[in-house]
Formats: sequence, structure tokens, C-alpha cells
Amino acid sequence: MLTDPTPTESGALPAAGLHRTRLAASWASPRFRLVLLGGVVLALTCGYLFTDVPGSLAFALRIRSLTVVAMLVVATAVGVSTVVFHTITQNRILTPSIMGFDAFYVLISTLIVFTSGSAAFLAFDEFTLWLVQVVVMVAFSVLLFTWLFGGKRRSIHLMLLVGIVLGTFFRSFTEWMQRMLDPLDFQVLSDAMFASLTRPDETLLALTAGLVVLGCAAVVPLLRTLDVLTLGEPAAVGLGVDHKRVVMTLFVGVSVMIAASTALVGPILFFGLIVANLAYSYAGSFRHAWTLPAAVLIGMICLLGGQLVLERLFGFGGTLSTVIDFAGGLFFLYLVLRKGAR
Amino acid sequence: MIALENVTKRYGGQPVVDDVSITFGGEGVTALIGPNGAGKSTLFGLVGRLLSPDAGRVTVDGMDVASTPSSELAKVLAVLRQDNHVAARLTVHDLVEFGRFPHSRGRLTVHDREHIESAIGYLELGPYRDRFLDELSGGQRQRAFVAMVLAQDTEYVLLDEPLNNLDLRHMTEIMRLVRRMADELGKRVVIVLHDINFAASYADRIVAMRDGVVVADAPAREVMRPDVLAAVYDTPVDVREIDGKPVALYYG
Ligand SMILES: Nc1ncnc2c1ncn2[C@@H]1O[C@H](COP(=O)(O)OP(=O)(O)O)[C@@H](O)[C@H]1O
Ligand SMILES: [Mg+2]
Repeated sequence: MLTDPTPTESGALPAAGLHRTRLAASWASPRFRLVLLGGVVLALTCGYLFTDVPGSLAFALRIRSLTVVAMLVVATAVGVSTVVFHTITQNRILTPSIMGFDAFYVLISTLIVFTSGSAAFLAFDEFTLWLVQVVVMVAFSVLLFTWLFGGKRRSIHLMLLVGIVLGTFFRSFTEWMQRMLDPLDFQVLSDAMFASLTRPDETLLALTAGLVVLGCAAVVPLLRTLDVLTLGEPAAVGLGVDHKRVVMTLFVGVSVMIAASTALVGPILFFGLIVANLAYSYAGSFRHAWTLPAAVLIGMICLLGGQLVLERLFGFGGTLSTVIDFAGGLFFLYLVLRKGAR
Repeated sequence: MIALENVTKRYGGQPVVDDVSITFGGEGVTALIGPNGAGKSTLFGLVGRLLSPDAGRVTVDGMDVASTPSSELAKVLAVLRQDNHVAARLTVHDLVEFGRFPHSRGRLTVHDREHIESAIGYLELGPYRDRFLDELSGGQRQRAFVAMVLAQDTEYVLLDEPLNNLDLRHMTEIMRLVRRMADELGKRVVIVLHDINFAASYADRIVAMRDGVVVADAPAREVMRPDVLAAVYDTPVDVREIDGKPVALYYG
């Protein structure tokens, strides 16, 4: 143990340091901030469940609580996976959807409509469709990941680049197929491509929730390791993190969560970007023990608040995802421009 | 000891560390010198398991770097890299805390906190402990990273150009600290230096590299000779004796 050579200098903290420490201990502490978010989520949930009930309360509660659970599942999947993805890729602008999750979702649905028509698509067993979507999305992202990250090269940037290129390729291929569809088929397909949180299928919701819990179970034991990963790969390795194994585990967790939630509600492009970046500035700490729950709760606030406003104020219940994508797109531009201005 | 046995590292066919066999990291301070691009950082990368060699074997205290769990190595070997930048907003205290990760896995004990406090005190970072890293000068930030490595409390400490961005006073302070770490705590410090006069006056041993090869490995005084230094840096260097110490003159 080293003895302090200059006890007076380091012992006497200037006022600024003390002030900040005291602030951190009170209302600005990460704990208090999180409790506040939790309170808002609770209030919004009650507001959504119990106000404006048209008929039987029991029936409304049953339907609405399903929507709330779907929101919680999606907010958790998107919030956790985006923050984790940001940390392991060392950036804050790209989200896991860059790996082509949404592109795959649209591609698979388009393929079905293209090959067997919209009638067959509508008649398709929901469970099978969900399962195929999940398996294909997870398989693709994990393959891409092991190929580009598991080998000797281990480059996250290369992986992102290939992900973007493949995603673009699948999108173009999808577009090409969509142009050949007859208008009716195309209409059915575009309806299916808008994310919808209301009236989810109960079985699929339960399965998705299960997968999301599984994904979180992979992430939670690694919370402190994630903090170390914010220092970057070299420093993390120096501090004894088994980088390859840890990042692999996290990535599989992220893939499973994002694939399951995309297969349930459809693609949500910019949602993760909003909640993760709001969480970083709001949480009051860089530690994942705070940023992850903050991202999830902020996600819940966006979804619940958005749904309440749209459904109760404007009477457009089904358009939430469009609004979120629009707001997210603007936010993305803001982030990019702000970075550029600096 | 840190041992390299016939270690080669290539980039695009070009050897950057070329069939190097050397044992270093004995007691005291070892300075690693050599021109830019000599392969010093690459050598540190190989020892610090960031790079895997194309041939040969690296061991630390007999543990093969390739097969020993990273978490074990982190308890005996700490490396400060040449370029450090952190995207997240961390305070000095947060950063230094990370130094204890190999021991505490993130759950700090009283003992860990003592190490953190003393590292912060040692680098005179007390007044800045709650400042964010992006609110510090380059030199203060550099000291914060050194404090993190110090808090890691390992037997071997590898510092890659830690004097970058430091003013004269802090350069000297870091070198004194390095000396005390070796003398008082028995740490084995290997430090990449560009100012050979710092190497001469603070290091016990000097290892010189050039073009991926170790060209000198001897007690400091023996390396501080015009012919040796001229060969390492490919530029004329005069060495004078001032107060019994060799001083290199290369401003010439
Ligand atoms: N990732 C890399 N890819 C290609 N060449 C590299 C890479 N890293 C280092 N080099 C090359 O290896 C040589 C040695 O680099 P380095 O070990 O950083 O030298 P030093 O630290 O002694 O200045 C340089 O010529 C450098 O250009
Ligand atoms: Mg270097």
C-alpha cells in the first residue's frame, strides 16, 4: 500500500467537488432518478388501464393489460439490447437493427406473400410465422457475428459494415419483390409491416416474454463487466475481461431479445436509439445497473404515453409505431448533426 | 519475469516484431526505448494479450499468456496503453475504480477503496476526483490513467509512453513515482520512454528496439554510449557526463 505523499493537497477537496458529491447524494442520485421514472410508468399504466372504460371494466382490463405487457416486453427488449449493443460496439448512434433484423422480418413476410399470395399469408399460422422469423433472425445475426468476430480478425467494425451491406441487399431484394406484387397483396403486406402493440396474441406474447427474460438473464450477471467494456476492448482485456466470450454471450442475448420482439410486433427502427440516448443523459451514471433500467422505463413512458395521447386524445390507436419512427428519425438527425457541429 | 521465445508478429507479411527472444521485467525499472515504429507498442500488445503472435510464445512468471485466463493475468500484469480515450462520461474516481476490477469484480471492499484513494493521492488527483475526464487537461487525464494502473496493484506494470502530454514537473513526478513503485513496493516497471535522459537517470536497465528487433539490453549506463544510441536512433547522439551521470545531447 502506498502512503499518500501529499495528504493536505488531496485531502482538502475544493468546493466544486464537495458540491457535486452532495448533489449526487440527494435528488440527483441515480437511484432517485430511477424511482421517479418508475413512478411515472406506474401512473401512466394506471391511467391507461382505468380511464375511459367504454363497457365492462374486467373486459377492458384484460385487453389492456395484454397491451401493457406487450409494451413492457418490447421496451425491455429494445432498451436492454440497444444499450448493450452500444457498449459492445463502442458507439451510440447505431442500433441492433443495423444488423438487418428488420430487413429480415420484412424479407420473410414478403417472400411468403410473393411466393404464395396474400391469402396464404393471412392464413399462415401465427405461431409458425413467429418461430420462423425468430429462428432466421437469430441464426443470421449469430452467424454473421461468429464469422466476423469469432475468428482471428475480431473486428466489430467489419461486422457492422457487412451487416449494413447485407441489410441493404436484403432490403433491395425485398423491394424488388414488392414491386412485382399485385396491389391487393401489397396492401396486405404493408399493413403487416407496421409495428402494432395493441391486441397481441397471448401465446406469442408469453413466448416472446420468455425469450426476453432469457436474454436479460444473460445480461444481468455481466452488468459490472459491461461497465468495464465502456473503456474499450484493450482496457477491458487488461482488466481481465474475457472479451471474446463476454461479447459473444451478450450478442446472443441481444439477438434473441430483438428477434423475439420484432417477430411479435414488427420492426421498430428508431425506438432503441431514442430510449438509449435519453437514458444516458438522464440516468446520472454511466453504470449499466442504472442505464439499463432507465432505458427500459423510458421506453415504457414513450410507449404508454404515446398510446394514451394517440388513442384517447386523437383516437388513432394503431399508429403509435409510425409516430415513434418519425420522432426517432428526427432524433437521429439531431444526434448526427450535433456530433457534426462539435 | 516476462519472457518472449522466438516471438514474431507480422502485419501484412511485414514483421513488426521479428523473432524476438528476450527476458525482461526484472526487479526495478526497465526502460524500453527505440524510434517510432520500432515495435515497442506491439511488444506490449503481445505481452498484454491484445495481440496474438504469429510465432513463438510469451510467458509472464511462467504463465503462458495465450492459455492463462485473462482474469488471472490481470492480477499480476497491468498495462497502460499509448492511446487511451473513453467514449462514456466517467469521473476520475470512476476510472481509478476500474483498476480494482481484477480483484473485486466490481464489488469494492474497504481494501479496494484504500487502494483507490492512495492511487488518487499519489498522482495528486484529489482536487479532480469528481471531474469528468473530458473536463481535464491532457496531462491530468494521463495521470488519471496512470492512477488506474497503479490501483490495479500488480507485480508487473507496463507503461507505454506515460510521459506524453505531461509538463516538465509532472514528467519528473511520474518518473519519481515509478522509481518509488519499484523501490518501496517491489513492483517491476517496464516503461516506454522517448527522452533517453529520463531512461538513463531513472531506469536500472534499458532495452532498445529497432525495426522489430532488440538491439540492446543492458544496464542503463552501458546503453548510454554514443555508438549504441546512434545505432538505435540512426542519428548522431553525443553523451556527456554531468555530475557523474551520463546525459545524451541530441539537439544538435
Ligand atoms: N494494426 C496494425 N496494422 C498494420 N501495421 C501496424 C499495426 N500496428 C502497428 N503497425 C506497424 O508496426 C510498426 C510498429 O508499430 P508500434 O509497435 O506501434 O511502434 P512503436 O510503439 O515502437 O512506435 C509500425 O511500422 C506500424 O506502422
Ligand atoms: Mg508506440
